[in-house]
Amino acid sequence: MAPNPVKVRRRAGQPPRHSAVTESPGARLGLMAIAFAFLALFLLLPLVSVFVEAFRKGAGEYIASLVEPDALAAIRLTLTVAAIAVPLNLVFGVAAAWAIAKFEFKGKAFLTTLIDLPFSISPVISGLVFVLLFGAQSVLGSWLRSHGVEILFAVPGIVLATIFVTFPFVARELIPLMQEQGTGDEEAALSLGANGWQTFWYVTLPNIKWGLLYGTLLCNARAMGEFGAVSVVSGHIRGLTNTMPLHVEILYNEYNFVAAFAVASLLALLALVTLVLKSLLEMRYSAELAAS
Amino acid sequence: MDVRVVDVRKEFDRFPALHNVSLDINSGELIALLGPSGSGKTTLLRLIAGLETPTQGAVFFGEEDASQKTVQERNVGFVFQHYALFRHMTVLDNVGFGLKVRPSSNRPEKGEIRRRALELLDFVQLGGLEKRYPTQLSGGQRQRVALARAMAIEPRVLLLDEPFGALDAQVRKELRRWLREIHDKTGYTTVFVTHDQDEALELADRVVVMSQGRIEQIGTPDEVYDRPNSPFVYGFIGESSSLPVRMENGAVWSADRNIGLSAGDMPDGEATLFFRPHDVELLESSAGGCIVGTVVASRRAGGTRRVELEIGGGSDRIEIEVPAEHPAADKSSIAFKPRHWKLFPVQG
Repeated sequence: MAPNPVKVRRRAGQPPRHSAVTESPGARLGLMAIAFAFLALFLLLPLVSVFVEAFRKGAGEYIASLVEPDALAAIRLTLTVAAIAVPLNLVFGVAAAWAIAKFEFKGKAFLTTLIDLPFSISPVISGLVFVLLFGAQSVLGSWLRSHGVEILFAVPGIVLATIFVTFPFVARELIPLMQEQGTGDEEAALSLGANGWQTFWYVTLPNIKWGLLYGTLLCNARAMGEFGAVSVVSGHIRGLTNTMPLHVEILYNEYNFVAAFAVASLLALLALVTLVLKSLLEMRYSAELAAS
Repeated sequence: MDVRVVDVRKEFDRFPALHNVSLDINSGELIALLGPSGSGKTTLLRLIAGLETPTQGAVFFGEEDASQKTVQERNVGFVFQHYALFRHMTVLDNVGFGLKVRPSSNRPEKGEIRRRALELLDFVQLGGLEKRYPTQLSGGQRQRVALARAMAIEPRVLLLDEPFGALDAQVRKELRRWLREIHDKTGYTTVFVTHDQDEALELADRVVVMSQGRIEQIGTPDEVYDRPNSPFVYGFIGESSSLPVRMENGAVWSADRNIGLSAGDMPDGEATLFFRPHDVELLESSAGGCIVGTVVASRRAGGTRRVELEIGGGSDRIEIEVPAEHPAADKSSIAFKPRHWKLFPVQG
């Protein structure tokens, strides 16, 4: 059988209209429509409705629900918790990433798995763990209580639970970056006479700064938005142990929708700012990565 | 600065990377550590620098035992294969880094650091590029910056780990000559690691040939090329052909043929004959003592023709070089004698 000559439709000299992996215009349009419709329905619509609900009774009511003492207390507490948890996780994250990326030691695989633990277990369980550890029935809890230290249903418990839940963000961001960069730059700095601190400050830190900032941003967003673990350890005491997400829930359960959505809109705003910063960083970060 | 490596052993996870190696480096010398990958040459260099600590043995800088000192205290200039330039610093800041991080007691003032860095950049022929970042430089330029940075701390020894390994052939050759000039001008005791024998032979005062964690031979480029002391060195440096032979009463036999070479006072037994393919004398007749082979392949290589010969009925093949126009190239069999050669008894 003679082979069929391949049919070539286009005229000689013309480039092909599509590459082999490009779909037909109809299929492309369909796929994009599905993606956008899905995003609009499940992401954009809820976000918009938060703001619509918040402003339902006008800007005056909106602001009044934010400056109300319990709301202010919740905002203050959320900021305080983030201000403690994020810097601590920044230090822990850098230390853990440094240890994992730059040294060989026994138990390294175990440590790597452990870092992922807060991601893989339900936040409610994370909260319950602290209740078990520091509750009135536990040895540690009763000992601390006899020394006048309150952990559960107080700010320290909320901070601990938040640290636990947000621990992986910085470390996870830095480990692959530092592994890829290797130890060459550090060795060069050491051979030039720099001590450990100088090496970290002048060489390691500038090399990871974008990744670090990115991880910290994500860590902060989660620290302010965490609900599950914090809900279990907080005790929901108004004006004392209510963070913003908990405050939203209480208001909502009391059918105080405008106030609930007003506080929620602040959290949503935080998420949007984080997203924008993240995109900006990614642009900057990828250019820098491509350059190196 | 003299550097002495005394009986140094290095194990990684109990796997020996260096077996009790000793090496004396004279002040002002340019020495090459040459070997295939896995021969321990980079490990030896890093041990001298203090980037690794020996499992056993010691490294002396002059009379002083440097093995007790950290890499910072040793004051060595180290140049890495992949440059390891600080990507977020300008070229000028890279070169000045070693001075900037000195303790304040012997740190030059800012203007002086800048002056010295600029001077070094001029010295490595990169004047005018001080404001660039490493990513804006070519590979060759980056390695010059790395060398300037290493020299800025006025090191006692310069150590270079495959300094030209990541560069293309043309730049490599240029930089090779340039490094020799730099060395002659500065007089730094310099050790560099390479797997490229041309680089080692052309550049170094002495070559240290390494294999499997041991030093095989130390000598001038002429010595290691003309008088290799082991089958490994003969095979690794320059082209070589080898042929299994038998020694009997001072004569050398290949299969059932006396090939007319003298075994001297070597004991009878199996041996391997090594010679350079280009260093042979072609003979008109195959009578008398010589090696005779059947031509199985021949190919032109520049000004010469490389001929592959089958010796003694099949099992052994060797290669020799003949002039391109030589009539021997068209024959079906060739008789020759190596001009220079060496016999190594087969171990065990």
